[in-house]
Amino acid sequence: MTTDIGKFKHDSPMSGTLRMERMPHIWCPGCGIGSEVNAFAEAIKRSGIDPKKLVVVSGIGCTGRVAGYVDFDSIHTTHGRAIPVATGIKLANPELTVVVFSGEGDLTGIGGNHLIHAARRNMDLVVICNNNFTYGMTGGQVTPTTPHSAIASTTPYGNYEYPFSLPFLVDAAGATYIARWTSMDVRNVTQSIEEALAHKGFSFIEIISPCTTLYLRRNRLGDGVDMLQHYQENTVLKHGCDTRETAIDFQGKIVIGKFVDKVKPTYLEAVDQCCVKLVGDDYQLYGKTIPEREAEEKAEKEKVAARRAAVLAEQTEANE
Amino acid sequence: MFFNNLKQLHGKVYINETWCKGCGFCVQFCPTNVLDISSDYNAKGYHPPYAKNPEKCHDCQYCQIICPEFSIFVTRDDENERGVTEK
Amino acid sequence: MKTVPAEPKGVDSGPHFMDGDQAIAEGALAAGCRFFAGYPITPSTETAERFAERAPEVGALFIQMEDELASIAALIGAAWGGRKAMTVTCGPGFSLMVENIGLAAMTETPLVIANVQRGGPSTGLPTLTAQQDMMQARYGSHGDYAIIALSPDSPQECFDITVEAFNLSEFYRVPVIILTDETVGHMHEKVVIPPAEQIQVVPRNNYSGPKEDFRPYKFDCQGGHPMARAGDGYNFHITGLTHDERGYPVMTAEQSKIVVTHLMEKIHGNADKIIRLDEDQIDGADVVVVSYGITSRIAIKAIQDARKEGIKVGSLRLITIWPFCEKRIRELAPKIKAFVVPEINYGQMVLEVERCAGGKCETISVNHCGGAVHDPEVILAAIRKANQ
Repeated sequence: MTTDIGKFKHDSPMSGTLRMERMPHIWCPGCGIGSEVNAFAEAIKRSGIDPKKLVVVSGIGCTGRVAGYVDFDSIHTTHGRAIPVATGIKLANPELTVVVFSGEGDLTGIGGNHLIHAARRNMDLVVICNNNFTYGMTGGQVTPTTPHSAIASTTPYGNYEYPFSLPFLVDAAGATYIARWTSMDVRNVTQSIEEALAHKGFSFIEIISPCTTLYLRRNRLGDGVDMLQHYQENTVLKHGCDTRETAIDFQGKIVIGKFVDKVKPTYLEAVDQCCVKLVGDDYQLYGKTIPEREAEEKAEKEKVAARRAAVLAEQTEANE
Repeated sequence: MFFNNLKQLHGKVYINETWCKGCGFCVQFCPTNVLDISSDYNAKGYHPPYAKNPEKCHDCQYCQIICPEFSIFVTRDDENERGVTEK
Repeated sequence: MKTVPAEPKGVDSGPHFMDGDQAIAEGALAAGCRFFAGYPITPSTETAERFAERAPEVGALFIQMEDELASIAALIGAAWGGRKAMTVTCGPGFSLMVENIGLAAMTETPLVIANVQRGGPSTGLPTLTAQQDMMQARYGSHGDYAIIALSPDSPQECFDITVEAFNLSEFYRVPVIILTDETVGHMHEKVVIPPAEQIQVVPRNNYSGPKEDFRPYKFDCQGGHPMARAGDGYNFHITGLTHDERGYPVMTAEQSKIVVTHLMEKIHGNADKIIRLDEDQIDGADVVVVSYGITSRIAIKAIQDARKEGIKVGSLRLITIWPFCEKRIRELAPKIKAFVVPEINYGQMVLEVERCAGGKCETISVNHCGGAVHDPEVILAAIRKANQ
């Protein structure tokens, strides 16, 4: 049982995307967050975006630790405040791609107000929400998404509250890209994150994932492998599904797929439209006019496309 | 070849036993049953996987992406007709 | 502190007639603030309104967030995104902001918050004045940290102090709080904004060296350490957890000692450089009136009347509230009969004065429960009593 850790770190395809010096991480055996981070890292590589221009923001909790493990500019904020911090970064420097990676307790419980308002503004952010139906870091309490009747440490006799259906929530609030997968569907997660990174506007990706230590154990649902098999057997792929039909019952069917993908001006585009009417064509934000910013954006898009093409060509070549 | 001229790919699995927490995802969901749980323990007391049938690896990289510990990766193995495993 | 002249675009030079709130917005724009996130709350809203109005022509960005929690969180993001950022609020909003004042202090993020105080507790007196948040500004968030707080007494000083607040915030990488009050905030007076070249501002200190040498923090109990800007390729990590100089979590008693000592001493160790006081006839005085904000302007009348009666009264006006002018109070205490401390609260800064006086002279609190300013007669009576 000897592994040359230094060599492994160096050779791993994740080096350059993850802070290898911080491994191993704190997540439990069978937790889905690691798989999601793998999918995220893969999506970043394939998307062709400049890793320098990527910022990852997390809140508090198990998923909140993602920011500390990814090798990009990263901020680990206070509980629930990942989205407003990300909003601040995006508005301070619109060139950046800002990803919020956090848990459902953080994003929809304590940070629920920020979630719906960022969606309402169509703020150009990618929000990846790890939904494991529990507050893992504090010992398995009930969350806004815990299914009815599920047991949590603070609902020891079964949950009698009604849960949020997150795709429906963010759809109602105005999100322009919405997808849901399980941590089993890592390939789809990768693809969805790639699409969301290229999408202009508020993107929301919910990933259902097992919390082995708390949610599964307390509800006697077995271990991580059992849960992933449950996902395999009980997910229903329905692209474009009406988000009103995406509610999750305890151990019931889980609708997965890409539900929403539409075009609407982002917050910054709306600001530009208003200000250019007011100030005229020489309107500047942070010293740059709209045509200047558009030219920069176009140039960056071309670079991204070139990098993406190179990655795809490499893969195609490998498969021939 | 039964489908155009697609070549059967071979992969080489690299396993970092030290970080492994024995969740079993890679073993359970490998489509060609390359991996199996080892009877050995690592320093944390988990049973890491090992490549029981390395020659069956087709470089699909599913174990790499599903591994929550970032402890497996797969590379293309062009030289060897049959896949091998390195520790 | 290395300073450069202000960027002319944000400076609306010349004489103006405006209230304290508006002067804060102008001060922010002059100091190079280009990002404002806020939430409406009386009596501070005029600052947000002025900034929102001026933002398009200056090339700045104003966003009204969903609440104060989000407003200050957005400032932290904007600061690491490379912009100077500010928000404005009063008591109830400040109560929501203290959460992320802690994060800003811990992550050493420069930002400016103006608290235009109104009467409390809770919703209290939305349109009436008070100075009841002095201790909250200092100790509001949990844990040990230090901030800087400044208190202007006029719209002109609102402008000047806002520029200073940004400069201190940038240099010490700390949240700076402008503790003004409803009276100053809503008082219209002449405000002269100097030409841009006469306004000295501290530019953002962005790191530009090799990546391998980059550290977001340096625990040397000093200011002036550069920060990275998101997108510059330094892959910084910042966290509210106790961290090392790389920004990575290290949760031990040893590391906590290093971090907390740095956060405290960065401000308290440099108190002499930070503190600004406005003193009048202190030498040879028997009684010293310690006041700040609008109360210092009421105290002038009482001091003048006392002097007419032959009482030797000095005035010590706190421009810097936090860090507290501990050294100066300790120097004066053995030389005088008493400190008189009028303030529009039940007695907050008087506790600091009393602590630093250490029993070497009397300390008389002239408290007020908010909603109005003092009657100068009350302060005069306290001065007479102090002189006995």
